[in-house]
Order: sequence, then C-alpha cells, then structure tokens
Amino acid sequence: MTVLDVVFWALAAVAIGSALGVVFIRDLFRAALFLVAAFLAMAGFFIILGAEFLAVVQVLVYAGAISILIIFAIMMTGDVTRGNLANRLSPLALVTAALLLVALVFVAYQGGWRLLSDSPGVEAAHAQVLSQTPSYVGRLLVREFLLPFEVVGTLLLAALIGAIALVREQ
Amino acid sequence: MPSLEQFLVVSAAFFCIGLYGVLSRRNVVAVLMSLELMFNGVNLAAVAFSRFVLPGPLSVGGIAAAALTGQVFALFIVAVAAAEVALGLALVLALYRQRGTIDVTEVNLMQR
Repeated sequence: MTVLDVVFWALAAVAIGSALGVVFIRDLFRAALFLVAAFLAMAGFFIILGAEFLAVVQVLVYAGAISILIIFAIMMTGDVTRGNLANRLSPLALVTAALLLVALVFVAYQGGWRLLSDSPGVEAAHAQVLSQTPSYVGRLLVREFLLPFEVVGTLLLAALIGAIALVREQ
Repeated sequence: MPSLEQFLVVSAAFFCIGLYGVLSRRNVVAVLMSLELMFNGVNLAAVAFSRFVLPGPLSVGGIAAAALTGQVFALFIVAVAAAEVALGLALVLALYRQRGTIDVTEVNLMQR
C-alpha cells in the first residue's frame, strides 16, 4: 500500500462522509458546510489523477463561488428553521439510488476497459502530457474545443443576466 | 496508485447519494446541493477515464487531445454547473418572494 493509496482512502472517506452529511443532516446550513468539504475532497481526487488545473478550478468555482451562492440562498429564504426534511417519496428514492449504485459498481468492475498501462508506449506520451496539464488544456480550449468554449461563455453570460433579471426588485 | 475501478466506485457513490437527495428532499436549496454532488460524481468519472483508459484512434489533436478530453469535459461541466446554480438560486429567491416557501411539495401552481 503506497502513500497515494492511503491518501485516496482518506479522501474517499471524507468525500463520501460529507456527501452523506449533505443529504442527511437536518440543519441546512451545516449541510452546506459539508458540501464545501465534499468539493474540497473532490479537488484532492483531481490532484491524484494529475488534473491540477481542474483541482484549482474546483476550489475556486465550487468551494468558493457556488457554495457561497448556496449559503446566500439558505440565509435569504426563511425555511432554514424547518430543516432538511424528506418528502413522501423518500423510501422509493432510497431504493432507486441503491439499485443504481449496485448497477454502476457492477459495470465499473465488468467494464473490460482498455487500460493505458497495457500499452507502455502510449502511457509514456500520456504521462508527458499530464506533467504539464495547464498549458495543454489551454491550447485544447482555443483550438479543438473553440466552438464549445465560446458557446459555454455565452451560456454563462446569458444565465447570469437571466439571474439578475429574475431577482431584480420590480 | 489507486485503480480506475476505485475512482469509478467513489464517483458512482457521489452520483447515487446526490440522486437520492434530489428525489427525496423537500427544500429546493437542498435539492440544488444534491444536484451539485451529482455533477461532481460525473466530473470525477470523466477525469478518471481520461487518466486511465487508452484513447480510441487518435484523430484531431493527437495524444494531448486524447489524454485531456476528459478534463476539458469536466471544465465545461463546471461552467454549466455554475450557470445552473446561479439561475436555480435566482428562481428559488423569486419563488420565495412570491409564495413565502421553498418546499417543493407545496409548490403546486400548475396543478390547479
């Protein structure tokens, strides 16, 4: 068992524990704090996977911006005192989620993935790319993915203008 | 190094916990938080696949594109999630102003 494995299991425990906390904790504000912990653990997974740039984006956008927006919404709506209740469908939802989990784990172990480690030549080139992710990601974004990049920028602008228009005082 | 399957199991756990939250919570903000968990599970799966799985025939962009497409997908998902949460919370605030509640079981404007 290497150091990386220990880090992985620690992160997995924190991540899944906080994810369960988000769903099951009664106090909405604490649930939002658990959500931040889950986002940070996810950033740790990205670092293990060699996606450092994505890890930084995760911390900035998810743990920074999105969680602050959610905490704002919790504070501005008065339902905090009623807590994080379940609705009538909750047992059915539990069964559905458990079945889906079993199916996904089954597929993960049955998948017959064509792993990189089976072809050393490609793996070496792959590792070379992964050693400098940010510059390659930047180049990909303005070359191969230029159109989606522009579209997602427009979408973000439209969504933010829409959000302002929705909450504006009449 | 942890294996691909381990990452996929964590990502599946995130997705399913999020799914349970989306289907079972009454507060809209709790539903949105669970939705973010689902997004995160998908992101983890995309990045893990791009790290471990041999890409198909290398066409456009060569090995860099093949190795990092999962990460670029995850970046786009992050951007879309940010747009989604901004709009979603704006809707929640508008709903709260109009109805005084954000309980999904009490929002039945279109049933009558």
